[in-house]
Amino acid sequence: MALDAIQNFQQLVETALENHCTISEVVLEYEMESTEKSRVELLEQMLGNWRVMKNSVLEGMAKQEATMGGLVKGSASIVEAAIAAKRISEDRLSKTVLRALAVAELNASMGLIVAAPTAGSCGILPAVLVTAQEEKNYPDDKIVMSLFTAAGIGLVLAKNASIAGAEGGCQAECGSAASMAAGALTELAGGTVNQVAEAVALSLKNVLGLTCDPVGGLVEVPCIKRNSFLAVNAIVASDLALAGIRSVIPVDEVIGAMKETGELMPLALKETAQGGLAATPTGKVIGKKLQEETFEK
Amino acid sequence: MGSVFDIIGPVMIGPSSSHTAGAVNLGRIARQAFGRVPEKIRIVLYGSFGATYKGHGTDRAIVAGVLGYYPHSPEVKQALEIARELGIVVTIAVEKDNLYHPNTARIELSSGGMSTEIVGVSLGGGAVSIKEVFGFSIDISGKYNTILCSYPEQVGMVARVTQILAAEGINIAFMEVSRSGRKSNALMVVEVDDEIPEDVLNKVSEVSGMLGVRYIRKLS
Repeated sequence: MALDAIQNFQQLVETALENHCTISEVVLEYEMESTEKSRVELLEQMLGNWRVMKNSVLEGMAKQEATMGGLVKGSASIVEAAIAAKRISEDRLSKTVLRALAVAELNASMGLIVAAPTAGSCGILPAVLVTAQEEKNYPDDKIVMSLFTAAGIGLVLAKNASIAGAEGGCQAECGSAASMAAGALTELAGGTVNQVAEAVALSLKNVLGLTCDPVGGLVEVPCIKRNSFLAVNAIVASDLALAGIRSVIPVDEVIGAMKETGELMPLALKETAQGGLAATPTGKVIGKKLQEETFEK
Repeated sequence: MGSVFDIIGPVMIGPSSSHTAGAVNLGRIARQAFGRVPEKIRIVLYGSFGATYKGHGTDRAIVAGVLGYYPHSPEVKQALEIARELGIVVTIAVEKDNLYHPNTARIELSSGGMSTEIVGVSLGGGAVSIKEVFGFSIDISGKYNTILCSYPEQVGMVARVTQILAAEGINIAFMEVSRSGRKSNALMVVEVDDEIPEDVLNKVSEVSGMLGVRYIRKLS
């Protein structure tokens, strides 16, 4: 059943259905075939990445210092304190949000993270999966398999759209991460192969057009908080798919729309820090200040 | 088609795969092209690298690579302090304009009168391309084990080197020879899949007419 190449999402779905297996199994077999590595070796490597993800949540929560650009500090602790004080609910939502903030802020502070699919969107998968593991007691090996599903989704996006902000805007980075997390979460929760596809489609439909306009060109504003918003997108998409909601537009067509939207997006909104939030009066003041500090030395 | 670990990975020190992880890889290649720990590191950052290096830790990342660390080494963040403790002098200069690509760095390593300069670009996801080594225009991806051979231009050098590799059963993936106008020197770049044992590298170094041989291990 092993695929030589992953062409689109429909192919992943059909291969899984024909073989009565999960999408993660199809993706794992593809990787074994293309790298000639053993199943055990690949599972070990992914387990290693999962451990780094879990650790990045803990480390991000414990971190005290500001980010490299100094624009964000302690946002996860602020949310944690609000939960402790019962000013906001302690639930799946708030826990996911604070974990995504923790990892994204750790990334901006030169901490150790797993790019998933990029460094700028590294908070989404760990936040969603750590919270799911805490809630449902999934064993690590189950989570590791779901990461192969996430990777398969990312491979399709990389092939048929983009996972680079400079090419497709933030829909390609945090948007891709959200759909990867939505698919992984749906498979983990026992969703069908088709429900995984629906989760990906539903998630992506709600990120189309998302621009990449980082203030001062740094992975801080709006990137860190955006990780928390898009982690929530993943949960909503997965819940809807598991409930039986279907996307009117099929997943591969949504991915096609994502590619087209990225191509139509002006360059000023694709990681160049020339438009959007980067070009607001406040964004410009911050950008100018960062530039002066850089060029002075 | 990529690997699942291009999507769930790399494991790296943040914040940016192009401006941080790729920058460590450029430093690693520079160090291997020089062949030892330098006394001085001079870095020129162009374009986007220059404009955002502080917030992305690009300077720290390149120095970490020169010190032999990896994109996932926790030391990346402290690389400037580690270099200072080792007595290595680091200077950073910035150029607003792009060179080759928005994310380009020129890295000059020197000690005891010897120096090596490379110019490399960071392509995203940690991938890099080296555009210049020792003043020669080249293109090295770091995806293969790479041998750099420099020599005064003469007939037969390619044959002598490839014979040694063939005799050891080492398959060449890519090969390129460039010439520099000023001294009529040549640089042979040989990219191979396999790890090259030290005794084979010594044989290549001992080829008559060879000035210098450097071995750059493929990036993990």
